Amino acid sequence: MRPPALTLERALWWGPGLAAVLVLLFGPLLFSDFYLSAVITKALWLGIAAASLIFLAGYVGMVSLGQVALYGIAGFAMANLVTADGGSKVAWNPWLGTFAGVLICVGVGLFFGAIASRSYGIYFLMITLAFAVITYFFFAQVTELSGFGGVNNVERPDIVSNPVADPANLFYIALGLSAAVYLLIRYLGRTPFGLALQGVRDDPSRMRSLGYNVPLLRMLAFGLGALIAAVAGILSVWWNTRISPGSIALPQTLDVLVIAVIGGLYRLEGAWVGAIVFAVLDNWTRGLELVGERFNTVIGVVFLAIVLLSPGGLMGIWESVTDFVGRRFGGARPGPAAARAEEPAAAKDTPQPS
Amino acid sequence: MSEATAATAADLDWRSRIAALPPGALALRIAVAVVVVFVAVWVSYKAYGDPRQFVIVGLNGLTLAGLYFVVASGFTLIFGLMRVVNMAHGSLYMLAGFFAFELQERLTGGEATSAFGTSEAGVGDWIIPLVVACAAVGVIGLVMQQVFLRWNQGQDLRQALITIAISIIIADQSLAHFGGIAEAIAEPTVFPDSVSIFVYDLSYPFFRIFVLLVAIAVGLGLWAVIMRTRFGMIIRAGVDDRQMVSALGINIQLVFAAAFLLGAVLAGLGGVLGGTMISVDKANDTQYLLISLIVVIIGGMGSLAGAAIGALALGLVDSFGDVYLPAGYTNYSVLLVFALLVLVLAVRPLGLFGRPA
Repeated sequence: MRPPALTLERALWWGPGLAAVLVLLFGPLLFSDFYLSAVITKALWLGIAAASLIFLAGYVGMVSLGQVALYGIAGFAMANLVTADGGSKVAWNPWLGTFAGVLICVGVGLFFGAIASRSYGIYFLMITLAFAVITYFFFAQVTELSGFGGVNNVERPDIVSNPVADPANLFYIALGLSAAVYLLIRYLGRTPFGLALQGVRDDPSRMRSLGYNVPLLRMLAFGLGALIAAVAGILSVWWNTRISPGSIALPQTLDVLVIAVIGGLYRLEGAWVGAIVFAVLDNWTRGLELVGERFNTVIGVVFLAIVLLSPGGLMGIWESVTDFVGRRFGGARPGPAAARAEEPAAAKDTPQPS
Repeated sequence: MSEATAATAADLDWRSRIAALPPGALALRIAVAVVVVFVAVWVSYKAYGDPRQFVIVGLNGLTLAGLYFVVASGFTLIFGLMRVVNMAHGSLYMLAGFFAFELQERLTGGEATSAFGTSEAGVGDWIIPLVVACAAVGVIGLVMQQVFLRWNQGQDLRQALITIAISIIIADQSLAHFGGIAEAIAEPTVFPDSVSIFVYDLSYPFFRIFVLLVAIAVGLGLWAVIMRTRFGMIIRAGVDDRQMVSALGINIQLVFAAAFLLGAVLAGLGGVLGGTMISVDKANDTQYLLISLIVVIIGGMGSLAGAAIGALALGLVDSFGDVYLPAGYTNYSVLLVFALLVLVLAVRPLGLFGRPA
């Protein structure tokens, strides 16, 4: 295969991405400690959570609202296994606790996946939402695991250091994990497993007649989504130093959906784009007199506008722009973006088994 | 001879059907059966130990199921006809509760709810807020459908996202206007506090029985409308083949609007009944969205009978779970709801009465 030629379109596509990576690499030098921690690092772990949703939605056609519940399970499992105020009295080594938290989350994810993977489209969305809210009520009721008002002062591995006094370490960890998650999903998309998942997304009945075990593939994909969500959950506990039932309630579940949709539900990069927009908007509007505490109304209106006007999200808009500029000025033939833009994001998401 | 052959064939059929099940599915069915038998034995054992408690807890479950049915029937009606999953259904429920509470406060000058239990509200002080709240919520639902959903028909994910966005805005705005404190709508004074139920000399809160009666009336009314009227005939035809119905010269958009209005009004009715029976709270939207989801996932989307069965199952599990779990484990009762969901989905992924779209 010949290497792709550098067209204007490609430059417009990859240029901003490279610039963003460069800025992020020197993040601690460019941003104040507060901004780095409260906005950028938060956006990175929110982005990982959104990436787990976009992986499922974009690659497998499973729009899951269970990702925040799953990251909550990882977070609560870890917080209970290591030294902390509230929750269980177990005090494992932080690394062991982290590892166990991720493992428990993946196990629960596989179980959820086994139940939900036989449902498609909007039914799948509803079932995962029911799982999510049940998980929230579980932790809200079972105070043996969630303490009264949350598990506080969760012990972190030394390498994380103090996220408030010295935010650079956690920032680089979140950046590295974001990159790892991004590359893992991109790589998986090209493996036979990833291709089979995309086949399941496009036409489950055809994949079944080709001899693939469709429910198994969907279950494994959901388990993988749980693994990615678990990474976000662990990071969120390290960043907050605490976790409470309120941090995995319905509004938080919807936040991650909002992030993914604002960024673009069918473009992996959209996860972090949406997360940055969300975190910046959050930080900026809280200072405004007009908005104050009504941030959720603002985000609801932005979300509504995106869904109504550009179902492809910000990445969809940018795609149309690069496509247009590429064709107009660079003489490139219409790329895959044009074809994708014609496809309404929501129209193709409900392959029903026949 | 022919009889013998028939018996063998039926026998074979039964055996071959079991043999044809994949090994996992058979194990699953056996596991589900074991769980059901275990639950039945446990409940009978507890009921034998304390029959009075069983009656009261059972009635709690039935009346709760009535409330759940009223709310979920609106949700399933909208889905059945338009394939719209209205994620703002819980928000409409909550809004109706807050509207009715506010209006009652103004009508009675705050007297009605000043002391819990001793209601000062006249009949009008309860009926007028009920009607106004239902109407207001119905209009909100109608506007939602006309402005945002009408031109997205067929894009079910996009429509669900739109209603989610609306639910986020409603949740935040109602927090701003109504605050976060749980309140209760006062029931009218003409209602007796409790009535005898003629079993073990027990008496039971009248209003909860009233809710159950309303739910039965709503169920029968919906059934009559859908099965016995022209409007219902159009709805059933629309569920099966929307394009054919409009090709026959029927204004299906009008029917959609009416069905959405009715669905929203049912959420509102549930909100006022629930706000009187239990409370009005900012967490109601999440709670009743979950209840609507679970009821229709168990019963099957779009099925009225399914909604009734689903509401019954959820109401009974909710109320028995809180009491019949071993002491010290009652706070795990939400896991029973999860187990119910898992059991049903494991055997019937489309719900008990669900049909493939």
